[in-house]
Amino acid sequence: MAELAIETHGLVKTYGETRAVDGVDLAIARGGVHGFLGPNGAGKTTVIRMLSTLVRADAGTGTVLGYDIASQADEVRSRVSLTGQFASVDEDLSGRENLRLIARLYGYSSKAATRRVDELLEAFSLSDAGDRQVKKYSGGMRRRIDIAASIVVTPELLFLDEPTTGLDPRSRNEVWDIVRAMVDFGTTVMLTTQYLDEADALADRISVIDAGKIIAEGSATELKASVGSGTLHVRVMDRDERDRAQSILMRDLGVNVETTSDPQALTAAIDDRGRVTRALSALDAEGVGLAQFSLGQPTLDEVFLALTGSPAEDSASEQDEAA
Amino acid sequence: MSTETSEAQAQRITSALANTERPERPSALSTSITFGWRALLKIKHVPEQLFDVTVFPVVMTLLFTYLFGGAIAGSVDNYIAYLAPGILVQSVLMITMYTGTTLRTDLDKGVFDRFRSLPIWRPSALVGMLLGDAVRFTVAAIVTSVVCLLIGWRPAGGFAGVVLGVLLLLVFAFSLGWVWTFLSMLLRSPNAVMGVAMMVMMPLVFASNIFVDPSTMPGWLQAWVNVNPVSHLVTAVRALMDGMSPGADLTLTLVWSVALVAVFGSLTMWKYRDPQ
Repeated sequence: MAELAIETHGLVKTYGETRAVDGVDLAIARGGVHGFLGPNGAGKTTVIRMLSTLVRADAGTGTVLGYDIASQADEVRSRVSLTGQFASVDEDLSGRENLRLIARLYGYSSKAATRRVDELLEAFSLSDAGDRQVKKYSGGMRRRIDIAASIVVTPELLFLDEPTTGLDPRSRNEVWDIVRAMVDFGTTVMLTTQYLDEADALADRISVIDAGKIIAEGSATELKASVGSGTLHVRVMDRDERDRAQSILMRDLGVNVETTSDPQALTAAIDDRGRVTRALSALDAEGVGLAQFSLGQPTLDEVFLALTGSPAEDSASEQDEAA
Repeated sequence: MSTETSEAQAQRITSALANTERPERPSALSTSITFGWRALLKIKHVPEQLFDVTVFPVVMTLLFTYLFGGAIAGSVDNYIAYLAPGILVQSVLMITMYTGTTLRTDLDKGVFDRFRSLPIWRPSALVGMLLGDAVRFTVAAIVTSVVCLLIGWRPAGGFAGVVLGVLLLLVFAFSLGWVWTFLSMLLRSPNAVMGVAMMVMMPLVFASNIFVDPSTMPGWLQAWVNVNPVSHLVTAVRALMDGMSPGADLTLTLVWSVALVAVFGSLTMWKYRDPQ
């Protein structure tokens, strides 16, 4: 058994003039969730499509579970499953028919397919909706039938491409629970997301991708540590006092203090937590009233800002995902 | 979903995953038939798609018979004997174009991503789709035959002759289908597929011997009509339905069918491997 679930060297995929994926090196261990984090158009989907043998790389090599994605595509296909960004089920068919279709394609006999399909519908709380067309399902149900279709034959590795994009918070939590259950069982999951909190909540390790290149890699904690030990958020009572508060904080913290679009707020990346108490006392002593303050680990948003120089949301709205 | 049920769900998912049964890999034929089953399920859920194989052939048959019958053959009764096999061919071949638009729509939906990521014989998704379409073509052939019989067609070849003719037509229609699957891999929208398919279809169907005897045509047109594969098909189908030997036209039709699958089947699979 190969040690790594995924290993790639210099993967490249070009669409016309655009280098959608521009030299991606990955080394992903078996087990757990590997998060692939980046804005729309960063190349996440294209990497997943190359790894699941849907498109061929223009350059570079890759192995999945020890099998070459170019020369042993069939071996790869029989061990991985893909849940695409858009529902990879047939919306005209019922949930039951969709699962049955996949089961039969995997070689289940008619009888065994019926049994397996019932088991999966039950597991994903879709028994009642089994005979309805998928196009009549809610967003959360579609995701569940999609994931169920991916595990008709238990895969060693599951690719989940933006599994919660467009879902309401409740359905999102359901999908998260499903992913956790699969990881507990021992399935390796590679998950792409543009939501920083999703990577934070699920992924053991995270690769940050932007403009086709991996720009950072590590656990959520490591990535956060790379931008400093924490961030201080302060909101002053009176917006006229913000400038004065900013200079006091800069003096006592010894780091740059940034203003934000909120006219009362200030944030600062902190190296030394000890100085925070002193700086806050100084504000009090000089009569600057605070509406609120908090000291937290940096969010992945801030990590993204520090790594790419632009907030994740902004780049997301500017580009479209390359097909 | 409350915490208790989500825990229960997690357990059910774990036990579903723990079922690590791996059935033996199915044969190419078996997966193709499974995809054919999918095509039939789609007809069950979206019965409107039978509109084109029922209403369309009736309209075409009645229209062309009564429009041209008097002018070409002096009467409808005389003309139907000549036209019936040809209009059968035309009805079915026109319907094959929908294969291309349906596939193009399917390809955009993401469900083909799943099919392509499965460890199966790759062409089976497309072969199965064409097999399912063969059912639609059969419906169209039956509807057209019944309409022709109702307005006075009495094929000399009898039931057996008509069945043989329809079988040959189905073989050619299946082969022609690969031209449309290739177009749908090449072009980006169902409308574009339909547009190009129409341009290919027009000279194939109308510049043929379906409606009139080619001997009245100018030389350059006769030259085309005589090499047009649809003309060979129509001549062979006519002979079979009239209870005569189809001769060389049968062989030529089968050669064309094999060539279409070989060329356009390969081109389709080449694009299917790495679509845009």
